[in-house]
Amino acid sequence: MTDTATTREKLPAAEADALRKMLRDMVLIRRFEEKAAEAYAHGKIGGFCHLYIGQEAVAVGTMAALRPDDTIMTSYREHGQALARGVSARAVMAELFGKATGSSGGKGGSMHIFDAATNFLGGHAIVGGHIPLVTGVAFAIKYREGDQVSVGFFGEAAVNNGAFHEALNMAAVWRLPAIYICENNRYGMGTALERASAIYDVAQRACSYDMPAEVVDGMDVLKVRDAVARAAQRARDRYMPTLLEIRTYRFMGHSMSDPIHGHYRTKDEVEEAKAKDPIHTFAERLRADGLLDDERWQTMEAEVADEVEDAIRFADESPDPAPEALYADVYREGSS
Amino acid sequence: MPVLTYRDALNQALREEMARDPSVFLMGEEVGVYQGAYKVSRGLLEEFGPMRVVDTPITELGFAGVGVGAAMAGLRPVIEFMTWNFALLAIDQIVNSAAKMLYMSGGQVPIPIVFRGPGGAALMLAAQHSQSFEAWYAHVPGLKVVTPATPADAKGLLKSAIRDNNPVVFIEGEMMYNQKGEVPEGEHVVPLGVAEVKREGKDVTIVAHAKMVAVALKAAEELAKDGIGAEVVDPRTLRPLDLPTIVASVRKTNRCVIVEEGWPFAGIGAEVVDGIQREAFDDLDAPVLRVTGADVPMPYNRQLEKLAKPDAAKVVAAARKVLYQG
Amino acid sequence: MATKIVMEALSPTMEEGRLVAWKKRGGEAVKNGETLAEVETDKAVMELVAREDGVLRKVVLPEGSTVPVGGLVAIVGSKDEDISRLVGVPASAAPPPQGVGGRVSGVATPAATATPKVAATAVPAPQAALLHATPGSSRVRSSPLARRLAAERGLDLALLTGTGPAGRVVRRDVEAAGAMAAGTAAQGHGGAGLAAAALPARAPAAPVPQLPAGFQDVPLSTMRKTIARRLSESLGPVPHFFLTTEIEMERAWEARQHLAGLGDATKVSFNDLIVKAVALALRQHPAVNAWFLDDRIRYHGDVHVGMAVAVEDGLITPVIRHADRKGLREIAAETKALAERARARRLTPEDYTGATFSVSNLGMLDIDEFTAVINPPEAGILAVGRIAQRAVVADGAVVVRRTMRVTMSCDHRVVDGATGAKFLQTVKLMLENPLAMLL
Repeated sequence: MTDTATTREKLPAAEADALRKMLRDMVLIRRFEEKAAEAYAHGKIGGFCHLYIGQEAVAVGTMAALRPDDTIMTSYREHGQALARGVSARAVMAELFGKATGSSGGKGGSMHIFDAATNFLGGHAIVGGHIPLVTGVAFAIKYREGDQVSVGFFGEAAVNNGAFHEALNMAAVWRLPAIYICENNRYGMGTALERASAIYDVAQRACSYDMPAEVVDGMDVLKVRDAVARAAQRARDRYMPTLLEIRTYRFMGHSMSDPIHGHYRTKDEVEEAKAKDPIHTFAERLRADGLLDDERWQTMEAEVADEVEDAIRFADESPDPAPEALYADVYREGSS
Repeated sequence: MPVLTYRDALNQALREEMARDPSVFLMGEEVGVYQGAYKVSRGLLEEFGPMRVVDTPITELGFAGVGVGAAMAGLRPVIEFMTWNFALLAIDQIVNSAAKMLYMSGGQVPIPIVFRGPGGAALMLAAQHSQSFEAWYAHVPGLKVVTPATPADAKGLLKSAIRDNNPVVFIEGEMMYNQKGEVPEGEHVVPLGVAEVKREGKDVTIVAHAKMVAVALKAAEELAKDGIGAEVVDPRTLRPLDLPTIVASVRKTNRCVIVEEGWPFAGIGAEVVDGIQREAFDDLDAPVLRVTGADVPMPYNRQLEKLAKPDAAKVVAAARKVLYQG
Repeated sequence: MATKIVMEALSPTMEEGRLVAWKKRGGEAVKNGETLAEVETDKAVMELVAREDGVLRKVVLPEGSTVPVGGLVAIVGSKDEDISRLVGVPASAAPPPQGVGGRVSGVATPAATATPKVAATAVPAPQAALLHATPGSSRVRSSPLARRLAAERGLDLALLTGTGPAGRVVRRDVEAAGAMAAGTAAQGHGGAGLAAAALPARAPAAPVPQLPAGFQDVPLSTMRKTIARRLSESLGPVPHFFLTTEIEMERAWEARQHLAGLGDATKVSFNDLIVKAVALALRQHPAVNAWFLDDRIRYHGDVHVGMAVAVEDGLITPVIRHADRKGLREIAAETKALAERARARRLTPEDYTGATFSVSNLGMLDIDEFTAVINPPEAGILAVGRIAQRAVVADGAVVVRRTMRVTMSCDHRVVDGATGAKFLQTVKLMLENPLAMLL
C-alpha cells in the first residue's frame, strides 16, 4: 500500500455503480479509440483522426458532474467527450466511417460530431473558434433565467487565441454560467506550451477576467469530477463562469498523421506518462476499496470489446449517404 | 402611406420583431446606452431592457460567436456590426460557425441569426472604412445575403431576415440611413429571394443593388430625356438571387448594364452576367457591361474618391454603349 | 488589323452594285465616315463609306465594274501590314438576297416592261446554312439576338450591313433589312419605335426605312382570314379589285389657274392637288390607310403618300410624308425635288420607303384611264388619267366639262368595295370642290 492509499478517503460503496460506470466509460473510450486507429490504418476512416487516448479521465469526470440539460461543446479531439456524454458508439463510429447512420449523417466526420438529443453541440475544427459559442449558449441560459451550464473543452494552445480572450472576457463581464475546460496536454500539435505561451500556467490567465480558476490533475477522474461539480454549482447558483486547467497527457500523436514520439517529445517522456494511465490508476483504486474484482473487470472489458466490435460492424454495414444528401441541410426551410 | 427614413424603418422592424418574439435580441457595440452608433436602435434599450439590447466590448469575433452560440441554444440573435469592414474580424464565426453548422450536424442545429450593419463607402472614410463585401458572403452556401435599397425594403426585409431560420448577412448603408421613402403600414414583410423592378422600361435593363439603385434611377432619368426607357431591376437579395426576374427583363430589352459599388474582380455583377449569358444568350443584342467601383483601395481625397465610385454618368455611358449609341 | 471592304446592300432590294467612281486612291489615308466610292444600286447612286480609320491598301474592284452584294471591293488597313492573306481570297459570290423581299414600284400597266422583282408577300424560302459564312469570306460578327432574328426571318447574316463595333450585325440591322420584306416582319423586340430611336446620326449607308411613327395593329378575325385565303387563291398574292369614277375638274382647273396667276411661288400642279385630296381622304377613311402584314393589318396613324415617278428605265415612288398636314405649296416643292432626285437616281431609301398609299398619274402621257398594281404592303393605289374636255350630261343636257378618270385598286383583304367606294367619293368631293380641302 502506498502512502496515498492509506491517507486518502475510501470510496463510498453507495456510489459503486456510478463509479464503476465511470471506469467502464473510460475503458469504452480507450478501446473505441484503439479500434478507430486500426480502422483509420485500414482506410475506413479518412481525413483527420485525433485520438483521445490518455485523456479519458477528463471527459468522463466532466460528464459525471453534469446534468442532461447542460450543453457541451468541444474541439476536434472529441470522440471521448461524445461517448462520455452518451452518444452511442455506433453513431460515432458510423460518423467516422462517413456513413448515413452517423451522428451527422456522414456529413461532419471525426471533427464534427453533433447530437442534439444529449445537448452535445459539436465538434469544431477552428482552434479556439468555438469558445465564443460556449459563451453564447451561456448567454442564452441566462437570457431564459435557467440553471443549466454551458461547458466547453479546448486545448491549451487555444488560450493564446483572440477568440479565447474575447469569449472569457464577455462571460466574466456579463456573469454567464459557463465552464471553460482547458485540457492541457502540454503540446499544441508539435509545439510545447513553453514555446508558445508567455505564461505556462493556463489558469493564471483567469485573473485577466477576474474569473475563478483551478488547476486540476487530469489523470484522476474523481478530481476532474469534483472540480467540474464545483464549477457547475458556481454557475447554477451565481451565474459565475470558471476556467479549469486540467492537466493531462495524450499517449498518441496529435493525430494519426503524427508520430507518438521523436519529433517533439521523447520516448521516455511518453513512457513516464503512461505510468499514470488514468484507467489503470482508477481501476486499482476501485479494487483497493473493494468495489471491483477480477470477474467484474473481465466482464466489463469483454462487454466493452463487444460494444466496440458491434460499432465497427454497424459502421461497416451501414450505407453511404445518398447523393441527394449533398444538397440537403444547407438551409433550414420555414420561418418563425 | 407614412414616410420614414431608412434608419427609422429598420428601427421599426427591430421593435416589431422583438415585441413579436421574445427570443429575438439585439447585440453589438453601442446599441444600447448610446442608442446605436447610427441610431438604428434608438429607444430599444429603454423598451426591452439590457438582456435584450446588449452592449458589447469591441470584440467582433467574440460577440459574433456569442450570437451563434445563442442561436444554437434556440434564441434568435440580431448581431450588429458597426460597419461590415469590422466584420472581417468575425468572418470565421460567420462562415465557419454560422454558415456551416446545420450542414455539419446533419441537419440537427439550425442557426437563425441575423448579422447586420452598414456596408460600402460613405464619404472620405478611406481604405479600411469603405469596403463592400457582399460578394464574399454571397459566395458561401449556408448564408443568405440581403441588401435593401429603400426604407420600405429595409423594414420588410429585416423582418423577413429575423424570421428566417438561417444566418442572414444584412447589409445596410451609412449614406442611406437618412434617405426617406414610403413605408407601408402594418405587417410589411418582404420575402427574401425576390427581386423588384424599381422602374419599368423597354430599352435597356440596369441591374443595381443597395446604394446603386439610386444611381441607376438617376441614370434612367437622364436616358429618358433622349427617349431611352431604362428598366431598373433591384435584386434586393443577393443570395439566393432572383435570376428569373433579371433574365425576363433582359429578354424584353435585349441589353443590360450592371452597376455595383464593390470591386470588379469576382464581384456580384460577375455572377449576374453569368446568369444572363447562360439563360438569355439568344436575346442579347450586345455584351453585358458592368459599372463597378474602381479596382483600388478607397482613397481619401474627395475627387479621387469620386472617380473611384460609380455614378449616373458612368451608367448612362454604359447604357449608350450597349445601345450602340456611343 | 486590315479589313475587307465588300459591296454592301445599300438598298433593301439590291443584288449587285456597280462601282461608279472611286473617291479615294490606293495608298490614301481614310477616316471612319469618309466616302470611299460611289456605287450605283438598283435604285440610286449611293456612297460607300469607310467604317474605320486606315489606309486604302488595295483597290480590288475597278471603276465601272459590277459585283454582287458581299463581293470584295477593296482592302483597308494600316500602312505596312501584310495583307496577302486577305487578297488571296477570291471575291466571294454571295448568293442574291432571296429572303429580302423588296418593294414593288408602282407598275404603269399590268404588262409593263422592266418589271422589277415582285415582292414575295408570302413567307420567303429561308436560307440554307444561314449562319455559316459563305465559302471564302470571313466569319460574320453578330449579336446572338441578331442571329436569332435573322434566322427567324430567313435573312442571310452575311449579306447584312453591321452597324455595331467592328461591323457587328445587331438587331437594328436585321430589322432594317427585314422591315422591307413584306409579310416577313416578325414581331421584333422593342418594336419599330426603338429601332428608329436607336439609329445614330453617324450610321452610314444602312438602308433605313422611315416607318411611320404611330400605328395600331389589329389581328385578323376568322372572317377576314377566310376572305384573305380564298381571294388569294383565286386572284394571286394580292387580291386586287378596281373602282373607277369620273371627277369633274372645272373648279380645280379654275383654282389652279387662279393660284398660278398669283405668281410663280404659288404655282401648283394638278398632281399636287390630287396628292392633297388623297391625303385628306385617307385621314377621313383610316381603313384605307393601312398595310397588310400576313397575320395582321396595320392601321397607320400617319399619312404618307407615295407618288409614282417615271425614270429613265423604270419607275420609282418617292414618298411625301405627312401629306395631310402639308400645304399645297410644300407638296409642290417636295414633289418637284423628289422627282428631280428620282430622275438623277439620287434618292435615298428614306425617300422611297414608308408610304401608306400611292398615286400613279399617267395623265401627262395622254392615258384616259388605267389600272395600277398595288405596292405591297399598302392596301391601295390610285391610278389617275388625263384631264380632258368631255361631253357629260348635266341637268338633262349634254355639256362640255373637263373631267378626269381615276381608278382605285384595292387589296380585298384589307378594303371592301364599299369602303373603297366611300374613300373614292371623298377624293372626288375634294377635287370637285377644292375649297372643301380647307375644312
